[in-house]
Amino acid sequence: MQKIPMTSNKQPDHPLDDLIRTDRIPHIWCPGCGIGTVFSSCLAALKGSGIDLQKTVMVSGIGCSGRAAGYVKLDSFHTTHGRAIPFATGLKLANPELNIVVFSGDGDLFAIGGNHFIHAARRNMDMTVICVNNLNYGMTGGQVAATTPHLAKSTTTPAGNPETPFNLPLMAYACGATYVARWTMLHIRDLTDSITEAICKKGFSFIEALSPCPVNYGRRNKQKPLDMLKLYQEKAIIKNDADPSTLDIDFEKGIILGKFIDLDRPTFIEEYDKIYRPSRLQENVPELNS
Amino acid sequence: MEFWRIPLDADTIQVSRGIVHILEDRCKGCGYCIEYCPKQALEFSANFNQKGYHPPCVIKPEECVNCHYCEIICPEFAIFSVESLQTTELKQVRT
Ligand SMILES: Cc1ncc(C[n+]2csc(CCOP(=O)(O)OP(=O)(O)O)c2C)c(N)n1
Ligand code: SF4
Ligand code: SF4
Ligand code: SF4
Ligand SMILES: [Mg+2]
Repeated sequence: MQKIPMTSNKQPDHPLDDLIRTDRIPHIWCPGCGIGTVFSSCLAALKGSGIDLQKTVMVSGIGCSGRAAGYVKLDSFHTTHGRAIPFATGLKLANPELNIVVFSGDGDLFAIGGNHFIHAARRNMDMTVICVNNLNYGMTGGQVAATTPHLAKSTTTPAGNPETPFNLPLMAYACGATYVARWTMLHIRDLTDSITEAICKKGFSFIEALSPCPVNYGRRNKQKPLDMLKLYQEKAIIKNDADPSTLDIDFEKGIILGKFIDLDRPTFIEEYDKIYRPSRLQENVPELNS
Repeated sequence: MEFWRIPLDADTIQVSRGIVHILEDRCKGCGYCIEYCPKQALEFSANFNQKGYHPPCVIKPEECVNCHYCEIICPEFAIFSVESLQTTELKQVRT
């Protein structure tokens, strides 16, 4: 076997270099952390979707996942903990032309920020929310989260988590999201396709991306980075249109992945304009003006 | 590539080929690209990069089919493949 040196004098750029702030790379995410893969998938989706990237904003909260906003070479907003969705809502309402992608962690979106999530979904606020679910609060040292599986170990549940975690797709659906999917960072092509679809679809879209946190979750649950990926491979059951109430995360039973919800209903702005800004509604429909 | 039997239309099927590029100093040595390359074309290099990780190296360049999986799984934007102008006819692939 011949080993060929791959460092040539003139390296071509990585195909996503035009969408990342290369001066900040390598990023802060730990070796084996899946956030980088989900982020890369999101950038590939943004690029492939054909939307106007000059009118696209990425919004993140606080946490390891929340650092994404600082690495994307687009307009972006790194907000306070739990408040990515309210900032995103403000951006959208002030400038309805914008495409909004919220990229944040499970703790940020569903613990401190849970209330904002349920109301944005209820209102069908036009945005795409991508949750990197690493089953814990990675950034602050691996505390139990609203998504930590029952009996899993964390710094705050050293003998096992007594609580029942959220079923995030069920919650999103019950609150009114019009697009709901779940993949892992190993199912990258499906994840990218879902993010692309969600970005192109109007209304509140939610994508859960399971992702390893080897440093804080994996270490306490005896899972090396590759063990976590093997688990995703072995336990994944792809079942599009599965009933959202069956989507609990239980690694014993298997993890159901797929696109579960894809429906249409009027967005917040459409309903608001109908009642309060009928003139704006007409401006947006050129044939009515002529 | 191992075949249980050679497809009858083997002479009409073209297998794409790829050239792998590695941005060594971005790599954090997670090994995901190596583990999940469907052609086992990659291996850890014996060298260290600037940060002290072992980046991957291409051990079987002729095996790369330009599937881009190493590229899309890499959390670090450290590896990607581009299409090689050469293609291989399936019937010429080793069995
Ligand atoms: C108001 C406030 N409360 C608490 C914190 C501490 N804090 C920072 S990140 C974080 C949790 C992050 O978890 P998650 O959103 O899952 O992100 P991850 O690091 O796992 O990607 C917490 C509790 C904070 N920064 N601000
Ligand atoms: S602490 Fe966990 S989530 Fe945060 S960067 Fe490290 S591995 Fe990733
Ligand atoms: S492009 Fe595919 S075949 Fe080529 S090295 Fe990468 S993973 Fe392996
Ligand atoms: S996937 Fe990326 S970071 Fe991990 S070993 Fe391969 S090149 Fe390095
Ligand atoms: Mg988390």
